[in-house]
Amino acid sequence: MKVEQISVFLENKPGTLEHATRVLKEANINIRTLSVAETADFGILRLIVNDVEKANKALKDSGFRVSKTPVVAVEVPDKPGGLHSIMEVVSKEGINVEYLYAFVEKSGQNAVIIFRFDNPEKAIDVLLKNKFTVIPGNKLYEF
Amino acid sequence: MTYNEEFETMPREVIKALQVKRLQQVLERVYHSVGFYKKSFDAAKVKPDDIKSISDMKKLPFITRQDFQNNYPFGLFSVPMSNIVRLHTASGTSGKSIVFGYTKRDTELWSDLIARSLVAAGITKNDIIHNAFGYGLFTGGLGLHYGAEKIGASVIPISGGNDKRQLMILQDFGPTVICSTPSYALHLAEEGKALGVDIKSLKVRVGIFGAEPWSNATRDEIEKAFGITALDLYGLSEVIGPGMAIECLEGRNGMHVFEDHFIVETIDPKTGEVLPEGSEGELVFTTLTKEAGPLIRYRSGDISRLITEPCRCGRTHVKMEKVLKRSDDMLIIRGINVYPSQIEAILVDIEGLKPNYQIIIDKVGALDTLDLQVEVNEKIFSDSGSIKELQKIEKRIVKDMTDYLGLTARVKLVEPNTLQQAGTKIIDKRRI
Repeated sequence: MKVEQISVFLENKPGTLEHATRVLKEANINIRTLSVAETADFGILRLIVNDVEKANKALKDSGFRVSKTPVVAVEVPDKPGGLHSIMEVVSKEGINVEYLYAFVEKSGQNAVIIFRFDNPEKAIDVLLKNKFTVIPGNKLYEF
Repeated sequence: MTYNEEFETMPREVIKALQVKRLQQVLERVYHSVGFYKKSFDAAKVKPDDIKSISDMKKLPFITRQDFQNNYPFGLFSVPMSNIVRLHTASGTSGKSIVFGYTKRDTELWSDLIARSLVAAGITKNDIIHNAFGYGLFTGGLGLHYGAEKIGASVIPISGGNDKRQLMILQDFGPTVICSTPSYALHLAEEGKALGVDIKSLKVRVGIFGAEPWSNATRDEIEKAFGITALDLYGLSEVIGPGMAIECLEGRNGMHVFEDHFIVETIDPKTGEVLPEGSEGELVFTTLTKEAGPLIRYRSGDISRLITEPCRCGRTHVKMEKVLKRSDDMLIIRGINVYPSQIEAILVDIEGLKPNYQIIIDKVGALDTLDLQVEVNEKIFSDSGSIKELQKIEKRIVKDMTDYLGLTARVKLVEPNTLQQAGTKIIDKRRI
């Protein structure tokens, strides 16, 4: 049920993000969603893409430091309280969220939230038990 | 002014005779008390008896910093630990320090050498000495301290750092002498200016500086900023510490090496051959009187030139020019000796593999800065690719640099293959 996120190490200087997006474009990779986390010196570009292996290889071949990180994608109705309903459940179970980012589905009805949990297996278990829709990787890549 | 007129102004032929006599004694002693020397003399097929003059010394093998490393910690001591009263250390070429021991007599000898140095700088018991050399395992602070007490001066053992307190004491206690690294003195002058302290109006009249290379341009800058006379003090912790040589107030060109206690030779750093007097080369020191860790032909790595012309101060001891170059890749950063291999050892230790790195040394204001750029390799960015992990590594490098080397470094993780183009691991942007 886990989703593979691609994490790319980027130095905090002009042109590095442009280089990464150019590599993805040239490899014909479609980005489903992304986020960038940064410190004073460096950043990490986090990507959900349509073809993980191809994107991974293209970036690595272009000299980027890339790693694959297991994340969990959860679908919730796009309305007030959507995110909170998930947080309620995971916090009760003592699961920690390291970071998250989200996008709204094309239909506009649902939002997909990408979570990096400290314990993804347990989080998936808990979420499924509580009748949440956890989107598996292969489905999300083709969204 | 001399502290010990008899020895400091001895006719040169008498010094030479004294050196030979003392050399023969020390060779005999180390050959029988230090395993290292027995082995190295035997390997070179030379016996203490073979050395009948200074020029015979070329038959003797060298000792290097690496030998300290190989005999870590106490392997080069020639006396039992019960006779050692103090230990000091300096950086080795790998992660470990190198260690020096002093007997009671060694500490007295050392104080004598500093006393001579201070007197050569015109310092007397009426002076107040602001000693901003680091106290502790480093030889600078304590070395200066006891010599200053010996001549009866008042010592302020302030050690390094804490600029505001330094400036307050400089104003309030009215020291007449300042001792520090030249860059720290300039830094204090700058800080003082920023805080509205009139550095020139301080009572300081003479400064004794050392522990790092500094040019005559830097001397001018310090003298102008403080309104003082700035003199160069030389010493190597491996040999005994500061006080091996001092610039006299009268001459102010080159430092007198106290030849009744040390023999200094100049060699070609490539071939190891002794060069004629007056040639530029690597200085090699032999201790004649040190008890705990006598050194026979220690390769200092310092490049200089010996001046044998008589000095108007009356001292007959040979002078060495300012040391501005090294024969190896040792760096001196804020007065601390560092080898690139030590930094590499720290990085390797952290990740268990050899990352690409670059050391950039620069000067901001008067103080040296050290930037360490480390390429993010597979290992570093493997599992989680998380910011937390990367920051943990950055912090660990910073901490290890402080813990092991006493250096404050700015660490920056950079993208792979961005450093190789530069082709060098060390970029030293400083002008001495």
